[in-house]
Amino acid sequence: MYRIVKKQVLNPQVVLMEIEAPAVAAKCQPGQFTVLRVNEQGERIPLTVADFDREKGTVTIIFQIVGKTTMLLADQEEGGFITDFVGPLGRASELEGLKKVAVIGGGLGCAIAYPQAKALHEMGAEVDVVAGFRDKDLIILQDEMKAACTNYYLMTDDGSAGEHGFVTNKLESLLKAGNQYDVVIAIGPMIMMKFVCAVTKPFNQKTIVSMNTIMVDGTGMCGCCRLTVGGETKFACVDGPDFDGHLVDFEEAMRRSKMYLDQEKAAIEEYKKSHECNLMKGVK
Amino acid sequence: MAKANMTPTKQPMPEQDPMVRRNNLKEVALGYTEEMAVEEATRCIGCKNKPCVEGCPVLVDIPAFIELVKERKFKEAYLTIVATNSLPAVCGRVCPQETQCEAKCVRGAKGEPVAIGRLERFCADWYMSNIEEEFEKPVSNGHKVAVIGAGPAGLTCAGDLAKLGYQVTMFEAFHLAGGVLMYGIPEFRLPKAIVQKEIKGLIQLGVEIKTNMVAGKVATIDELFEQGYEAIFLGTGAGLPMFMNIPGENYNGVFSANEYLTRVNLMKCYADGFDTPIFKAKKVAVVGGGNVAMDAARCAQRMGADEVYIVYRRSEVELPARVEEVHHAKEEGIIFKLLCNPVKVNADEKGWVKSMDCIEMELGEPDASGRRRPIPKPGSDFTIDVDAVIMALGTNPNPLLRSVTPALQTNKWGCIVADEKTGLTSIEGVYAGGDAVTGAATVILAMGAGKDAAAAMDKYIQSKAK
Ligand SMILES: Cc1cc2nc3c(=O)[nH]c(=O)nc-3n(C[C@H](O)[C@H](O)[C@H](O)COP(=O)(O)OP(=O)(O)OC[C@H]3O[C@@H](n4cnc5c(N)ncnc54)[C@H](O)[C@@H]3O)c2cc1C
Ligand code: FES
Repeated sequence: MYRIVKKQVLNPQVVLMEIEAPAVAAKCQPGQFTVLRVNEQGERIPLTVADFDREKGTVTIIFQIVGKTTMLLADQEEGGFITDFVGPLGRASELEGLKKVAVIGGGLGCAIAYPQAKALHEMGAEVDVVAGFRDKDLIILQDEMKAACTNYYLMTDDGSAGEHGFVTNKLESLLKAGNQYDVVIAIGPMIMMKFVCAVTKPFNQKTIVSMNTIMVDGTGMCGCCRLTVGGETKFACVDGPDFDGHLVDFEEAMRRSKMYLDQEKAAIEEYKKSHECNLMKGVK
Repeated sequence: MAKANMTPTKQPMPEQDPMVRRNNLKEVALGYTEEMAVEEATRCIGCKNKPCVEGCPVLVDIPAFIELVKERKFKEAYLTIVATNSLPAVCGRVCPQETQCEAKCVRGAKGEPVAIGRLERFCADWYMSNIEEEFEKPVSNGHKVAVIGAGPAGLTCAGDLAKLGYQVTMFEAFHLAGGVLMYGIPEFRLPKAIVQKEIKGLIQLGVEIKTNMVAGKVATIDELFEQGYEAIFLGTGAGLPMFMNIPGENYNGVFSANEYLTRVNLMKCYADGFDTPIFKAKKVAVVGGGNVAMDAARCAQRMGADEVYIVYRRSEVELPARVEEVHHAKEEGIIFKLLCNPVKVNADEKGWVKSMDCIEMELGEPDASGRRRPIPKPGSDFTIDVDAVIMALGTNPNPLLRSVTPALQTNKWGCIVADEKTGLTSIEGVYAGGDAVTGAATVILAMGAGKDAAAAMDKYIQSKAK
């Protein structure tokens, strides 16, 4: 059992939790992930390490409420417990020696990109962060990100905060203005990462993406996380999650991520129903 | 001695009706009653030279335990088995007896051999349901050892060391101990409650099982030594699935058997209240001919498929699966497409599997493995309509641990190089056994290796302590 030391609602869809897991906290690096189960009947889901505190022995995860399991997780209370929490899994991001980096975070991707930005900033690298959200209500980690970079660019799809537009618009203008990065790190929905790669490609700008595929074990034993990179099949959980974005077959990856969409939808509906019943109890 | 019962056939095993069981996950073989067991035991003629024992990788004294069954001394029979085999309830169910003990049985020369496996299972089940066993925690000898991987190899090694007084800590990557016994072999062949009962026994012996611990990630071998473990056993299995590298293998609806079986067995996707999803396929092709393929096919059927094919490139006699599993699969209506190999998986415009192209094969000269090599018949291509393909082609050891342990020698397949008798690896104090060393093999061989390594680790630590 792993204790939820802290729970914080970042926006109506995104929740932060600090989990007591000393063995994971002692070892994890930016870019790695964990696999958790909420309860004995739960499924195993991967979540990226958003932060860690080696002294306190805690690992922070930030997740978007997208399916039944994340709903269930969001319903757990501070001080409560989750059944399983395993990690650190995957390869750490290769940040060594980087001098100038652009970190592109889309929505929840900002949470996953944050430890990278922070580590790079602490190493003394010049870090441009481009953070994109649908609207101002969904903005997360703005202060944290600002403290972890040289330049912070905020974009919203509807212009309700920061600049109006997508992260790709800002990135393109930065590249056009002559910025050259050792690497562009793009983390967010697959579709965003795909478009970021389309923008950087003509500039021959090296781009690393973090592939959040479906997973079961997270240790290389099932292959459900496989994707095609440079024509070869790779396992995201052990060969990644970071890959050279210009080599990733995004069409295939996006298709594979829809493998259980129907079941997920049904599970959400069922959970909402039983949950509403609970909520409505005692309400006249 | 009473005259032996010369009936040429085994006491039949009571089984669930095939048309019923193909829709449920309850155990297929129901087990002998006491009467059936005693009756079958009388078929053993108690040969002096005990050829059957030679066929057993852990040398269970087979004629002795069968003699005790004859005398209805079931408890004593069980204790005779566990003197050398710590998981009889498991082995009685999953060992390939037809190539081991029963292959050597004299009765097999004329008719069927004695049903040694079924009798072993009977003794274990009888003991479990009639004797409330409480293990005493042995007196500590003050030494600490670590066992990585809680499959049959690790469990056996841990049990033996704990009985010698070692403080044993197991590190298991999954959230449950058991290895393939939990995630691979289905409930209908090996009820999970039996596996958990065996594991409970280990905990009573004082073994500490740390789940959710991926060795190599949370701690390296060196760090474990630093933490005070004096010797380490690696029983990490062969969990890396192979694919065929044919076009279309990454379409939606193609799974490794490991993934499919894990969703069913470990994650219980079929059970009420459990959250893990499974793809509900209607027509499934399982590629391969081993136990894993049979299990995947029979699971797919139980998950609601109307038609399930086994696609295997050699012929029936070469099928590596246990004979009983093939027989059960056929009874349940699994369709065998033998001498046939997939060449391509096809999908609809959205990328979901809709069919698989295959080619017929014929057997040529024997290859390095001694089996006749399958050769494609030109022009024999055909297509089967399926909406899911499960690849059960075999597995290799997972590279995760060895990639962070450069001093650990492995061969070209990634198997850990270990001494055949002791399991000693290229690193002092580090032993290995089971599938991690041999590649995908059997439960009993993994257990045998765990046992040998435990003895060697004891010797190593005791000699150092002097
Ligand atoms: C579907 C299926 C059906 C089978 N049917 C039969 C049968 O009928 N009869 C038979 O005799 N054999 C059968 N086998 C083979 C048999 O199960 C294996 O040979 C046996 O389980 C091997 O035991 P093991 O202890 O070496 O490894 P495993 O059982 O594979 O156990 C290894 C354990 O180590 C863990 N692990 C791996 N890496 C790490 C790490 N870095 N840190 C911590 N833990 C780790 C794994 O999670 C796993 O729990 C079958 C196998 C499968 C997959
Ligand atoms: S999640 Fe199972 S192999 Fe990657």
